[in-house]
Amino acid sequence: MKIDLEKKGDPRVFARINDKARIDASNLHYRELNAMVKEAASEGVKTMEIHNVFGQRYIGSGVRQPVHIDIYGVPGNDLGAFMDGPTIITHRNAQDGVGNTMNSGTIVVNGRAGDIVAMGMRGGQIFIRESVGYRAAIHMKEYFKHKPVLIIGGTTQDFLGEYMAGGVVVVLGLTKGEKEVKHQARHIGTGMHGGAIYLRGEVDDRNLGKGVSKVPLDEKDRDVLRDCVEGYVSYFGGDADEILSSHFTKLAALSHRPYGGLYAY
Amino acid sequence: MLRQHQIRDDKDFSGCSIFGMINLEGKKVDGAPIIKAIANMKERSNGLGGGFAAYGIYPELSDLYAFHMMFDDERARVETEEFMCASFYMEKAEIIPTRPHRGVSDPPLLWRYFLLPREELLDGEAEDDFVVRAVMHINERIEGAFVFSSGKNMGVFKGVGYPEDIARFFLLDEYEAYTWVGHGRFPTNTQGWWGGAHPFNILDWSVVHNGEISSYGINVRYLEMYGYKCTLHTDTEVIAYAVDLLVRRHRLSIEDMSKVLAAPLWEEIDRMPPEERKIHTALRQTYSSLLMNGPFSIIISNNYQMIGLTDRIRLRPLVAGTRGNMVYISSEEAPMHLVDDSIEHTWIPQGGVPIVAELKKKKIVEEPPEMELLREEALP
Repeated sequence: MKIDLEKKGDPRVFARINDKARIDASNLHYRELNAMVKEAASEGVKTMEIHNVFGQRYIGSGVRQPVHIDIYGVPGNDLGAFMDGPTIITHRNAQDGVGNTMNSGTIVVNGRAGDIVAMGMRGGQIFIRESVGYRAAIHMKEYFKHKPVLIIGGTTQDFLGEYMAGGVVVVLGLTKGEKEVKHQARHIGTGMHGGAIYLRGEVDDRNLGKGVSKVPLDEKDRDVLRDCVEGYVSYFGGDADEILSSHFTKLAALSHRPYGGLYAY
Repeated sequence: MLRQHQIRDDKDFSGCSIFGMINLEGKKVDGAPIIKAIANMKERSNGLGGGFAAYGIYPELSDLYAFHMMFDDERARVETEEFMCASFYMEKAEIIPTRPHRGVSDPPLLWRYFLLPREELLDGEAEDDFVVRAVMHINERIEGAFVFSSGKNMGVFKGVGYPEDIARFFLLDEYEAYTWVGHGRFPTNTQGWWGGAHPFNILDWSVVHNGEISSYGINVRYLEMYGYKCTLHTDTEVIAYAVDLLVRRHRLSIEDMSKVLAAPLWEEIDRMPPEERKIHTALRQTYSSLLMNGPFSIIISNNYQMIGLTDRIRLRPLVAGTRGNMVYISSEEAPMHLVDDSIEHTWIPQGGVPIVAELKKKKIVEEPPEMELLREEALP
């Protein structure tokens, strides 16, 4: 396949009115599409609609302007990877690696996302309406004011928060439709050494990885949760107070260096 | 053979693409949708391998074993045909139709044969076992010959190239099948060659695989005890033979077979109710040598089932989707939506738990071929 980075000149593919742009991605390779998005953002486009997206990877990757991007279709792996500022709204499911190492900005998924959501995420917010796959928030991290947040409306599969080093994960379990949710994911927080995971409802101790434990919530935790849940409700609807009235479980790392004695002593 | 024309992979990392679709009522479609789906995941391929399995493509010869063959040269073909004629009734022999296609070069000689084991040679042996032995004999003993498909009313088409190019080379848009399975990329940790592309097949079992089987050595040694010869220099081959052994010969259910390939952890077995614990302990102990160690997501198919499975901790991606009578299994979500924009439900399967899609009727009743109808109409 020949990559043609000049397709932006084709009005059927790229149309711009003032600071709005509309892209038809039907026949675009991800490199063509992403070059277009990046160029448009640097030229002052503020909002973009991308239609007919089917599996194009890395959308929004490396974009540093606070543009608003609406995606119609199913974006490919590593949506918003390394991005620094944009808001991306997808109107269907997303694939693996949503927000991989993203720095700042917001990603909203109106559906389900795949495995390794928020992998190595460094800042910004990700809202997923429904559930996610394996290894959500793997090696998510934080640095002073850079604190990534991942909010999941449904549940997660195994290895949630694997090697997690920082940031906040909230799992609401709303799709289960129960007042008190029991999370079934196994090996939660394996190798976790920083950050916090909040689960609405309960989880068995045997589902937790080594190095993570349940800790009581304090007032600060309640504030964090309120911000997260209000953000979720603002995108997807629901009653924040009702959700917040449920029981939440907080998981935190026991040690900052769980394998310190294994590799270096 | 073809093994001399090998292409180095130079550690070109990409994940394989796998895609499968089955119509549960046995309604057939041509190859266009699966070509579209697998081409959509081009990023996962690298041009060193592509292949497809199609079920229901030979309705007029559905009682015969369809052998798809690769030959290095005419000598290999003659030698193989001599062996075939001695062991089988040969109903039909023909060159597999292909058309030259950009991106597909140096194909071997490609032939197909429709065969039935000679009754007098069976001597009480099951036909399927006889066929497996014949396949192993050709692959191991006849220099430059390789059986890449040996099931009834189905066929594998594969080679070196991008899967969409391989599909066009084999004219797959002209075949109609109720189950299509496809794969893009190349054999794990080995050089790309025509026989090494996925799917791997024995009888009507086909396997496409994303990942790598690090237990290959012990799996091969175990399978050898049951007469399976691994000649293709790549790991996925063992899955095809393991499935044939477990399900066809040892009559395990698909669920139990999955628990052999992707066994539950011992600590999970310890927590099971006593009866279940007993079964899973027995499975792990009996078939410890068939445990597939390493990351994998696979699609296994036969004449009436399509099965998706990942390793128990899901180190490779797999998603599934349904709409009406269609079931899809794919490495990525997007291609399912691309081929079926109104797909109703998609989900991420649990690691080690199989998704089993099964035809509503085990045996597809084929429409009588057109020629037969014409003849009947011609009767007074």
